[in-house]
Formats: sequence, structure tokens, C-alpha cells
Amino acid sequence: MATLSNTTALLSKEVRTELRSRELLITTVVFILMVVVLFSFTFDPSSSESRRFGPGLLWLAFLFAASLMLQPCFLREQTNDTLSALRLSVSDPFAIFLAKLIANTLFLFLTELLILPVFAIFYNVHILPVSPQLALVLLLGSLGVAIPGTAFSAISAQARMRELMLPLLLLPLLTPVLIASTEATAALLDPQPALRKDWLEFLAAFDIVFLTALWLFGEYLLEE
Amino acid sequence: MTLPAFSPTGIRFERIEKRYGGLYALRRVTLDIASGECIALTGRNGSGKTTLLRIAARLVRPSAGNVRFLNEGAAADGRAFSTGFVAHATMVYDELTAEENLLLFARLQGIVDLASRIDMLLLEVGLIERRNSLVRNFSRGMRQRVAIARALLDEPAVLLLDEPATGLDPQGVSWLAATLQRMREEGRTIVMSLHGESDISAIATRAVRLEAGSVEADTRTGANLKSILTLREA
Repeated sequence: MATLSNTTALLSKEVRTELRSRELLITTVVFILMVVVLFSFTFDPSSSESRRFGPGLLWLAFLFAASLMLQPCFLREQTNDTLSALRLSVSDPFAIFLAKLIANTLFLFLTELLILPVFAIFYNVHILPVSPQLALVLLLGSLGVAIPGTAFSAISAQARMRELMLPLLLLPLLTPVLIASTEATAALLDPQPALRKDWLEFLAAFDIVFLTALWLFGEYLLEE
Repeated sequence: MTLPAFSPTGIRFERIEKRYGGLYALRRVTLDIASGECIALTGRNGSGKTTLLRIAARLVRPSAGNVRFLNEGAAADGRAFSTGFVAHATMVYDELTAEENLLLFARLQGIVDLASRIDMLLLEVGLIERRNSLVRNFSRGMRQRVAIARALLDEPAVLLLDEPATGLDPQGVSWLAATLQRMREEGRTIVMSLHGESDISAIATRAVRLEAGSVEADTRTGANLKSILTLREA
């Protein structure tokens, strides 16, 4: 119960500070928008090509944008040593991770929802009929990025080459998420759209395994 | 206002060592701090004061040795009671207002009826008029006042202060000294790192001088206490 109330208080802090600064949302939206628009001019994609390349391109853009978004997640807590204050105040350190990963998932998911219409226009794909299924894939994929991303953000924030450390640790680990999310998205953009349950189950399993690991070992990642 | 029940708590440092790579920050430090004591930690820069305080706050794990919290109602790791900590950094969010910062930490600490507690603290630290201003717009002294208010939120049994007067004006120092005096009289344990004599050092009941990570002097008597606080030979 205390974990839940701590998570709620911390999540509201994360959302409030982001709404005030808009740092993360603006950075990621601009980055993904640039990638999506630039590649559409490079490929000049027809609809069939879009269905082939589009999902991979989209998820690659999401992944790199997420690594930009995740970088300051724990780094910001070091400016005034607020992480120490949080560690002294919460009864369960997992609440710190839970709030941050929910906030990261939320921001990433929001960014993806903003970008999807632009992607649909530039790549000539119909997303409206499959939008609920697509939202599910995006949500599970975003969680898959945010859970290990939040954990590695905590590790890299204390490292010397922190800017380099996060993508180095994170990107290889997220390859399975990238493949599963891309395949599930591609199946939905097919002329005969299908919700690939095998990939969704894979994403859900990935999320559960890493969330459990974070719950078990997260406390050690916060130690100085 | 409902605050956690306060029960007197002492601290025992048993042969504490802290190494950062090959560098020793603390070397086999053994200290017994009784509940209700007010300890002034002194020593030159890099003597290990901050590390000892962070170990006491359970923010840093010692490389060797143990910290025990002597409280009948608490677990040995000290989790059953609260610790107030004022560090070098302010430990508050620049992007939140003074009131939002205190509300956040009060919620995390499970303080019930937090509005009246926060009002009282903001009044005490002289920031009631600026409660809705973002901390990033505050001066260093005002930020320190918010930091102190955060540490005092749940009237902790143990108060750890790392150079708490940093940035405070003379009125702020007097207020802090009076507050610490009251807390000491209530039986709360206070450990603070200080440089030189001040209103705050005057309330210390014991002074411990660290040198290169070891306890060099430890006294409770008047003249020696004064000499330790001013870093002179006793």
C-alpha cells in the first residue's frame, strides 16, 4: 500500500516537472519527426514499400528517441542530490523505479501517438482501422523499452562516461523488443491486418521478466 | 497533526571503513552516540565527515564494519524510525515550488494532516510568503531553508546535518540553533559537521575531530570541546 501511494506521489512529481519544462516531450517528438520525415523523402515510399520498411524505421526512431528520453531520467536527480532525499523518504525503493518507468512509458507512448498520424500521411499507410491494436503494440513495446531503460538510466547516471554508457548498455538488450514490436506492427499494417499474438506474448513476457528483476534488484542500483 | 511516534535513538559505528578504490575515506571508525547527544563533527576538508554522515543516513554502504541504531522500538538497520538529513546539496527539486517540495516528501514519508505541518514549517523557516515560488528562483540561503524544512518534516529521531548553516543569514543561523536546541532537549540525536564556532556549535554536547578518516579527538568537556570546534590542539 505504501509502495502504491509513494509511486502515485512520485509519478505526479514526474508529470508536473515535465509539464513545466517540456524538455523530454519536445526533444523526442522533434527527433522522431525529423527521422520519419527525412526518410520519407529518401525512400519516396509507395504503400507496399512503406509496409515493408515503415514499421522497422518507426521503431528504430522510437528506440533512439527513447534513449534520449531515458538519459536524464536519473541524471536529473543528481543535480541537487534529490535521489538521496527520495531514498530516505520512501519505504520501498521500488516505488522510485515504478514511478519513473510509468512516467517514461507514458511520455514515450504519448510521443508515439502524436507521431503516428504524421507517419500514416508520409508513408501512405492506413492506421485508422487498426488503431486500437496498434495502440496495444505501442504500449507493450514502450513498456519493453522503458523498464530496462529506467534501470540502465540509474546505472549509467553514476558512471563516468554516462552519455555513452546508456545507449551502449541499452540498445543491444532492446534488440528483441525492437524485433517483436516491428513484426507486430508490420502485421497490423498488412493489407490483411492481423494481431500477432505470439509477438505480443513475447513483449508481455519480456516486460514481466525485466519488471520482476527490477523489483528484486532495483534497490542495489540506487546505492552510491 | 499526526507525526510518527518519536523514540530516542542512539547510533553505534563499529570499525567503519570506507574505501573509494584505493583511497580510504574512513579508517576503522568506532563511535558510540547515545540518544539525545548532539555531536559536532569537525576536521579538515576530506577528513571523512560527509562520508560518515552518509553512512549514518544509510545512503552509503561501508566497505567494512557496521552501523547499529540503538532503539528498542526499531529494527537494527534503523528502518523503523526516520532520519532527517541535510546534505551539501539541497536535496529539493528546482522545478517545484517550496510548498510542492515539502508536500511531495511529506506524502512519501506518510505524514497525515500534512497541510498544517507544512504551513508551520514554512512559517518557521520564513518562506510562507514565497511558498508558491519555484525553488530555482530562490537564493542559496532560501534553498537551504527549504532543505532544512524538508529534513524536519516528520520531526525525526535522528538528525544528520552536513554544514547546515551554509548560505544562511545570521537570523537563519539563530533560528536553526534554536530549533536544534529544542530538538536536543526533546532527546533527539543530532550529528552535524561544522567548521568553526557559531551559534550552532554552541549547542553541541560533544565534539569529534576526524583526521584522514580516523577519529583524532573526542571530547565532552568545555575547553577541549571549544578547541576541537576551532581546530586547535586541545
